[in-house]
Amino acid sequence: MDTIFTRGPSLNNRLALAIALSVLLIFVDHKLDGFKSTRVYLNSIMSPLQYLANLPSLMLSESAERLTSQQQLLEENKRLTNRVIEMSERLQRFEVLQSENAQLRKLLDGPVKTGMRKMVAELMAVDNNPFSHQVLVNKGAIDGVYEGQSVLDDRGIVGQVMEVGSTNSRVLLISDLTHAIPVRALRNNIRFIASGSGSLEELYLEHVPHSVDVKVGDLLVSSGLGNVFPEGYPVARVKTVVRDESRPFARVIAQPLARLDRLRYMLLLWPEDDIAEEPAKSDDNADAQPNDEKANGADEKEPQS
Amino acid sequence: MILKARHYVIAITIIISLVLQIMPMPIQVDMYRPDWVLIVLAYWAMALPNRVNVGIAFLTGLALDILVGTTLGIHSLALSVSVYVLAANYQRLRNYSVWQQAIIIGLLSSLYHLVVFWLQHLLTDVYFQFAYLWPVLTSMLLWPWVFWLLRKARRQLRIT
Repeated sequence: MDTIFTRGPSLNNRLALAIALSVLLIFVDHKLDGFKSTRVYLNSIMSPLQYLANLPSLMLSESAERLTSQQQLLEENKRLTNRVIEMSERLQRFEVLQSENAQLRKLLDGPVKTGMRKMVAELMAVDNNPFSHQVLVNKGAIDGVYEGQSVLDDRGIVGQVMEVGSTNSRVLLISDLTHAIPVRALRNNIRFIASGSGSLEELYLEHVPHSVDVKVGDLLVSSGLGNVFPEGYPVARVKTVVRDESRPFARVIAQPLARLDRLRYMLLLWPEDDIAEEPAKSDDNADAQPNDEKANGADEKEPQS
Repeated sequence: MILKARHYVIAITIIISLVLQIMPMPIQVDMYRPDWVLIVLAYWAMALPNRVNVGIAFLTGLALDILVGTTLGIHSLALSVSVYVLAANYQRLRNYSVWQQAIIIGLLSSLYHLVVFWLQHLLTDVYFQFAYLWPVLTSMLLWPWVFWLLRKARRQLRIT
């Protein structure tokens, strides 16, 4: 057997080379952001391994689906039917409120909020790296996912897309240490910045003066400032408020509403008002009038029915 | 078929270890996940230091960086350093009993985790928690089994 010292560079040189290369990579990747474009290809190369790693849990959940008894299915069906009825009742009210809101906004000359395109994405992998909170979802550049896109679950905002691969993409959770999201309290519209704490259960509200009216239980919704997250989606609920006068700011901790530790299906959002507004900007009057007429027509119809 | 498998066995075991390292797990178990990649690389570096050493460790670390989404270079540096320690002392470490080797693996695993932590600490301000060192214990407990399995594979397929 020939030893490692008989051919190629010596072990020490190899280590020196490896360390030098690593440090260079860290510097280029972190400080200069030099791998932004190549990351897509790197992720695509590695995605077969991700799919492979995901296979056992996929098989488990599939076999679990096969093994569910009729009893369970019937129960679930009943529960879901009840839920649908409940939801559709709420939706009826919501539609009335929406049209009312649109009218009020028009009275105030505010822009009417348009809907959003949505797509359901499924969780592929969770990072086992304890220093960062990221998950991988099964939608990528092919589906039109873009960097900075907002991701929700059924309760609130989960995070934003950080890297896009061709068939999968990486989502940075709001609880990550490097993430911060602009929010406002629903009760009194005070604006905060909620930054991640590194723990899935906590967000810190930064630089909150002692005098600010914030209470335990306040709902925080996204404020839409910063143009990353759409406005009005629930983010977190205030958990503790400590007003220690010896400190410069009050210590406010909020709990994310999205269940970050048990994500399965997530919603990707495409705000469409950008697309809708662009033609309107080019010729204001020509486009705005027919819209107004349509809206007026709708308004007139409502009282009759 | 055997001849083919012989050529790729090292690569296949490393790929399996990568898959095990990134496999999604319930959050309660995830904390205790052993360092599969480090253990497998450690075995090959100890058994066949002429085939697996710092270079392979660097490339595997790079793949791990891409897979877990850390800044490129962090895991490759930590793995290179750990495997260097092994490859430099392989003749001594081979003569140790499996349990003594397990202790060495534990030390190496803590070195690996500390290097990763230090680098992350330089880049972002993460705080140290002792929970980050749980994998050290599980890796130590896992080592005898992986050692036995890989040695069996190596002897049966006569990889040199």
